[in-house]
Amino acid sequence: MKNRTWLAYVVFFAVLASAPLLLGRYWVDVLNNVGLYLILALSLNVILGYAGMFHMGHAAFYAVGAYTTAIINTHYGVPVLWVLPVSGLAAALFALVVARPIIHLRGDYLLIVTIGMVEIVRIALINNVFGLTGGANGIFGISRPEIFGFRLTQPVHFFYLIWSFAALTVLLFSLLENSRFGRAFKYLKEDEIAAEGSGIHTARYKLAAFVLGAGWAGMCGTIFAAQMTIISPESFNFLESVRLFMIVILGGAGNIPGVILGSFLVMGLPELFRDFADARLLIFGLALMVMMIVRPQGLLPPRPRKHNLDSIRELS
Amino acid sequence: MEQFFQQLTNGLAVGGIYALIALGYTMVYGVLKLINFAHGDLFTIGAYLGLTLLTSLALTDHVGGFLGVAILAVMVMGLVGIIGILLERIAYRPLRQSPRLSAVVSALGASIFFQNAIMLTYGAKFYVYPQDLLPVMPVNIFGLSIPLMRIIILAASVLMMIALYLFVQKTRIGTAIRAAAIDQGAARLMGIDVNFVIMIVFFIGPALGGAAGLMVGVYYGQINFTMGWIYGLKAFTAAILGGIGNIPGAMLGGLLLGVVEALGAAYISIAWKDAIAFFVLILILIIRPTGLLGERVAEKI
Repeated sequence: MKNRTWLAYVVFFAVLASAPLLLGRYWVDVLNNVGLYLILALSLNVILGYAGMFHMGHAAFYAVGAYTTAIINTHYGVPVLWVLPVSGLAAALFALVVARPIIHLRGDYLLIVTIGMVEIVRIALINNVFGLTGGANGIFGISRPEIFGFRLTQPVHFFYLIWSFAALTVLLFSLLENSRFGRAFKYLKEDEIAAEGSGIHTARYKLAAFVLGAGWAGMCGTIFAAQMTIISPESFNFLESVRLFMIVILGGAGNIPGVILGSFLVMGLPELFRDFADARLLIFGLALMVMMIVRPQGLLPPRPRKHNLDSIRELS
Repeated sequence: MEQFFQQLTNGLAVGGIYALIALGYTMVYGVLKLINFAHGDLFTIGAYLGLTLLTSLALTDHVGGFLGVAILAVMVMGLVGIIGILLERIAYRPLRQSPRLSAVVSALGASIFFQNAIMLTYGAKFYVYPQDLLPVMPVNIFGLSIPLMRIIILAASVLMMIALYLFVQKTRIGTAIRAAAIDQGAARLMGIDVNFVIMIVFFIGPALGGAAGLMVGVYYGQINFTMGWIYGLKAFTAAILGGIGNIPGAMLGGLLLGVVEALGAAYISIAWKDAIAFFVLILILIIRPTGLLGERVAEKI
């Protein structure tokens, strides 16, 4: 992988790490929000960007993770961060069950079905399914996370938790992009028939992308629950899924720097124009239309993979 | 039994509304192979325009309830139809040659845009339709007393569906629409102005959706700016249920979904009412993606 990109990431995260020293509490909170959505958008990017599946129900997996955390924490007193892997697994398992029958649907139909799925999950949460989700009020009293005995309470504490997780996500997903898994998706996107001919099992790879993205969103749900200490179905409505979708599409589907840019634009930029807060979504809607006409690949689309010819010559 | 028939007629009335909206989805899909996500919001615009015209013109005071509402419906249909044509010009025509999913994203953008434009114009509160528009009296049919409003809604939607069906089957333009839906290129070679056909489709679909919006306002009495979303999804489900791209399918799907939802809410659980349509949608796409009378939508992988 290009050393320049790695260097850019290091500089970016280093600058960000010093940001709380200069910013007030409010802006740290804004950055926390951006970071949380960045992680979620990166997980959606695996499904939407790499696998090219138009999935608009990502909030459902996020909700499964958050509710798993809240239920286990409030009922059994397990520390929130310990639940992190469990939330991830729960969301991944949920994705496995729901995605298996629907991944063969054509693009726009998959979109509709995932919207239906996220709505069903929200209605189920409101209806207090299994008597565990607390109905429309949600679950409160989730304990604060502790790391080696240090209790995270301030926005600044969460800033470092969220952005460390974001940095880890960027690192892992960059490696994933260049792995056998990532290359398989690039091939599928170029030419599905040739890829299948070379032994890439389309359905299995698409399902794997779905499960991985969902699991990651589930872990993000744990962090959200720990930060808020109270969760309710309205935190996971369809609009959240739309926001994530916009981040990936506007930023550049399938490209990590694009998704980073997208999350700052969609989640951070509106905070600068709080006088127009009501018109925020109006502008986003307009932006989606204009982008599709002018630049459908997003602001920072993935660049084609380059191969060093010399190394190939050496091989032959 | 009494409750069953009450729910059945209620389901048919709501189903008629779903069917009218579903026709817009299915006609656009038939010609452009595009899911027009903004269609539900055009329906909301119909409901709001209806209310604005109703209160500002006070038509019903001058010409009486029935005629007033009928004139109003025609005006709303015309206006929403024009918005539909503009939508196609601005958001979809530049994307005619792009990948289909770009157009879908643009449609989604248009939906978000409309919804928030309505919110900014009217405010985020519920609006109430005047309740004395049409006489409220139960009609006695086979010993059942059914609200007159239900019968009017169902009759009006069935009438519009029949008119549309005859238009598409019997007129020259209707034939052109069917030809363009089968093969745009071939239709063009036969001298059909496909752009004109698309314009007509984007007039009729939203016009019917706008009429449905007015009906919801009159039937339920209150409207809000997000309602297009849920009605749109349900109507889309109805279109899929009947077989997307198929006009009689949308009518059948709409009525069927309305009945299933009303009976489900009555006999299973009212709290899950909104989820029923989504379960139907997911089930139908998994089990029989062609819908009851339609074309294939799943690809084999």
